[in-house]
Amino acid sequence: MKLTYNIQGGDFTHAGHPSSEVKKVLKQLGIEGKTIKNIVIALYEAEVNVVAHAWKGVVDVEIDENKITVLVNDEGPGIPDIDLAMQAGYSTASDKVREMGFGAGMGLPNIKKNTDELLIETEIGKGTKVKMVNYFS
Amino acid sequence: MKLREIAAILDATISCGAERLDNEVEMGYSSDLMSDVLTLDTDNLVLITGLVNLQAIRTAEMADIRAVVFVRNKKATEQMLELAQENGMCILESPYSLFKSSGLLFQAGLKPIY
Ligand SMILES: Nc1ncnc2c1ncn2[C@@H]1O[C@H](COP(=O)(O)OP(=O)(O)OP(=O)(O)O)[C@@H](O)[C@H]1O
Ligand SMILES: [Mg+2]
Repeated sequence: MKLTYNIQGGDFTHAGHPSSEVKKVLKQLGIEGKTIKNIVIALYEAEVNVVAHAWKGVVDVEIDENKITVLVNDEGPGIPDIDLAMQAGYSTASDKVREMGFGAGMGLPNIKKNTDELLIETEIGKGTKVKMVNYFS
Repeated sequence: MKLREIAAILDATISCGAERLDNEVEMGYSSDLMSDVLTLDTDNLVLITGLVNLQAIRTAEMADIRAVVFVRNKKATEQMLELAQENGMCILESPYSLFKSSGLLFQAGLKPIY
């Protein structure tokens, strides 16, 4: 099964819509609650990162028999130093993002924690690709 | 602790989920930082927050949090209540501060996470 959603940078009102839809689908498929929570938290964090740090993005979800693959590709400034960005507490979030309740520098480490596989590719001035895989146990 | 007791202790208005007041929660967590809430492994908890926006509800949705208390008389918007209703959440609005709300619930036996 394949699902696709668009994300608009700066649009905090709709952030979470893709995660919400994916959650409904996984529930219907009878996936275990803990696994669903891991997947949607990782996706939600990745979505908020596009809204907070990039210009626009696309979420592509592919659900197979035994796993879910989620790609979040954005057009944005890219991440100059991924190792640094992965560190808990590192954030370049604006005041506006902080007012929305985000910008603690915990998103990327939390995505790592909640996924079985995580791959981040980024190009400065172009954008960032986040690939997340979770296996259904 | 039943959500009903939490509402009584916090002198709170129930703006969504009145039919779920007999549900039990074991723990409480107070934060205005949704990044932080998203790192919690527990889900049978009530979130107490001064951050009144759609993302607070979204965060609760993703984290499987079933009840949210908004402090200092801040009112949830229609859009927030709709989303909360859709997700079977209970929304309480208390006149008390984050500090006082947390203190009262802790005193009454609601458990902390850390
Ligand atoms: N999609 C992205 N495009 C550009 N920069 C990004 C992107 N995602 C993350 N970053 C950079 O990496 C930093 C760390 O990201 P992370 O998600 O860990 O924290 P945050 O988004 O700042 O805060 P939080 O996730 O706790 O709300 C960000 O502050 C930003 O500088
Ligand atoms: Mg983030």
